[in-house]
Amino acid sequence: MTLHDRSLSRRAILKGGAGLVLGITIARGGKAFAQTPPAPASVNIAPNTFLVIKPDNTVTVLCKHIEFGQGPFTGMATLVAEELDADWAQMRAEHAPSNPVLYKNLAFGVQGTGGSSAIANSYEQMRKVGAAARAMLVSAAAAEWNVPAAEITVEKGIIRHPSGKEGRFGAFAEKAMQQPVPADPKLKDPSAFKLIGREGAVKRLDSAIKSNGSAEFTLDLKDPDTLTALVARSPRFGGTVASFDASAALAVPGVVDVKRVPTGVAVYAKGFWPAKTGRDRLKIEWDNSKAESRGTAQLLTEFRTLSKTPGKTVKQEGDVDAAIARGGRLIEAEYVFPYLAHAPMEPLNAFMKWEGATASARFGSQFPTPDHAAIAKVLGIDIDKVHLQTILAGGSFGRRAQQTVHVALELAEVVKAAGPGKPVKLVWTREDDMRGGYYRPFSIHRMRGVVRDGKIEAWSDTIVGQSIMKGSPFEAMTFKDGLDSTAYEGADDIPYEVANFKCDLHQVDVGVPVLWWRSVGHTHTGYAVEAFVDELLQAAGQDPVEGRLALMGKWPRHAGVLKAVAELADWKGAKPESGRARGVAVVESFNTYVAQIAEVSMGEEGPIVHKVWCAVDCGVAVNPDIIRAQMEGGIGFGLGHILYAQQTLDEGRPVAGNFDAYRSLRINEMPQIEVAIVRSTEKPTGVGEPGVPPIGPAVANAMAKLGLKRPAQLPIVPGAST
Amino acid sequence: MTAFTLKINGQNHQVDIDPDTPLLWAIRDDAGLTGTKYGCGVAQCGACTVYLGGQPVRSCSLPVSAVGRKEITTIEGLKSKEGVAVQKAWVALDVPQCGYCQSGQVMSAAALLSLNPKPSDHDIDLAMNGNICRCATYVRIRAAIHDAAKSLEG
Repeated sequence: MTLHDRSLSRRAILKGGAGLVLGITIARGGKAFAQTPPAPASVNIAPNTFLVIKPDNTVTVLCKHIEFGQGPFTGMATLVAEELDADWAQMRAEHAPSNPVLYKNLAFGVQGTGGSSAIANSYEQMRKVGAAARAMLVSAAAAEWNVPAAEITVEKGIIRHPSGKEGRFGAFAEKAMQQPVPADPKLKDPSAFKLIGREGAVKRLDSAIKSNGSAEFTLDLKDPDTLTALVARSPRFGGTVASFDASAALAVPGVVDVKRVPTGVAVYAKGFWPAKTGRDRLKIEWDNSKAESRGTAQLLTEFRTLSKTPGKTVKQEGDVDAAIARGGRLIEAEYVFPYLAHAPMEPLNAFMKWEGATASARFGSQFPTPDHAAIAKVLGIDIDKVHLQTILAGGSFGRRAQQTVHVALELAEVVKAAGPGKPVKLVWTREDDMRGGYYRPFSIHRMRGVVRDGKIEAWSDTIVGQSIMKGSPFEAMTFKDGLDSTAYEGADDIPYEVANFKCDLHQVDVGVPVLWWRSVGHTHTGYAVEAFVDELLQAAGQDPVEGRLALMGKWPRHAGVLKAVAELADWKGAKPESGRARGVAVVESFNTYVAQIAEVSMGEEGPIVHKVWCAVDCGVAVNPDIIRAQMEGGIGFGLGHILYAQQTLDEGRPVAGNFDAYRSLRINEMPQIEVAIVRSTEKPTGVGEPGVPPIGPAVANAMAKLGLKRPAQLPIVPGAST
Repeated sequence: MTAFTLKINGQNHQVDIDPDTPLLWAIRDDAGLTGTKYGCGVAQCGACTVYLGGQPVRSCSLPVSAVGRKEITTIEGLKSKEGVAVQKAWVALDVPQCGYCQSGQVMSAAALLSLNPKPSDHDIDLAMNGNICRCATYVRIRAAIHDAAKSLEG
């Protein structure tokens, strides 16, 4: 069966042709857009919008969150299967199509993935979907067998009555769909869970296809006659095309067209290589009159100057200046954080077929609702006439969700410029991705603290940084008093009791597009806070663990993970042994609490991280092994960037274009990792991002114990990146 | 444009392309085998790893004109006992996250085991450090290679 056949048969299944019983016909054909949206408070739990139960008894969960590694396919299926009393072997998962009514993220109000919200916002909803489907299957069986529903049990996918009657889901699914959806299906008491939180009960649903090459990503889509499009974009942000000559590009065999598009010049070809070759041969004059022309060295000078003046106050308690005036030891630190690219393994791309009156797009859309609207708007057709299907994506780390929806816009513009009837795959090269902006913002923290009589008396943190949310649809949600809260999150609410506290921000404008990057503000605030508190505790002569705990009285969950990690690592103080020292850090992000201890020695090039112990409290641990995997991956992702990565600008031009200049962590640099999951009955929270922030400061703090300075300018290994 | 016959996974594929085309794109766009991935295009990340005459190569940086009649093996054609053992271990330990680099990881891991049936952590680090995983699944890659090696003993 070819991939094309497979997509056809899938479409047939979704239309109800191939024995669909509980199905998602409602979600198809854009009909849901015409429906009256449910009241904002109501949560969609209708099984026929989330589940496909086939005659072969497989249960496919339509996942409203994109699967790009963090495990929502498995997570959503776990929640459904638990309440459905399904056998794990019968569970499958696919992406739900774009539909803001049926598949909205309850945390956002529209369909989208981010903020480590998948499990957090779906925990009750998807369990209710499972419970509702179970009740409907039981009702159908009761009617068929003519027995009271209350006498029926369901276990591991088998519906049974004490009379000896039994059947599987597939046999009853069609009649189940005729049953009313229970308004508020009863959920299990957690003590009865068989899958949620049970070690080994669940395996990832996508491991096999991702180990044998059959997983289909956007780059792999191959509808007949698809053209590959590459766009030549300005080397500087804000530059535009003044003029171009396409004759040499059009002479490349396989190149079929060249068009000007708002983001640059698009080359269309039969395949990637002719498209790339054609693009290389374009002659383009750029108009840089409105482009950002500052380099990172200049930005650093400007930011540094600003950081020495007070910014707009975010939070103030007590009086920092008065505390400094009272004397004691004044400790100051400056931390500089570079621009960082997300560099997901699969560079950005998107596919669409436009037939004039209708369009069908497929790509790793992380925010389907705004992407969907953007495509419809550019094509000038009603959103009901555009079908958008999210598919697997090769990583994101934030990159596939843009407040500007620039990928969806560019896709639509490129497709529109090609003309109707031509399927187009828009492909970004690695260099396009690396130099394409949307970086973690460049920022500085200037810290001041006072230690007197072994106690931290004052703490001040002046941040200079660029707003991610300014001018975006998320501004209203994230701005407080004119300031972007994601620029200081974590810096204003430190988990330490300090009587005199101040956090202020200079929110600056730079003509470089920036974006949330795995753990957003915590990527820098986590480092600044945890490196600085460690430095202050050192000055106060206190142990990094005990000293933190003594200040954490009001933050029991922070203290909980810190105690857990100290126990896991058998913490005996920070004294180095045999050239190795241990550093600690604890950071809460997205309501998940993570503490890490890194064991570090110094090599010729820089720090070598031998082992990392990690404790995480994410409330109820739905999939323990996925939580461990996210901690492992988050540590590796965080470590690679803190050690090696930066994007620099030379007169506005991003310099690093590939992994030779933007160094990624490799296997020989990966520490051993041990993870403890703190038992909790709190509501579950996400794990995709929170593993990232603590590793940087943990390494920095270990370096300090080796007699070095905590790195003030990241990355730690200078020269690793250009 | 030049005509080439590429022998991929035991099957001949006729392609008529620019001789400078990297083997990766001949495999993906012309032969239609998409398990082999594009990650960097400059032999930095290993996502494009295939075997040429049994040896792992970075197909993104090998022009199709340099292939000759050598047998090409892609992830779709990985049937060696080492390859099967690696894939089983990958699934058993749930190694992949986003999964995009894993074809290349599996190809490199299987090649390692065919040369060194009992690799140490250090051997694994040396053999696998040309394969980037941005999700940093490295802890499980190491563990899965050890498990695959064990499964092949005796």
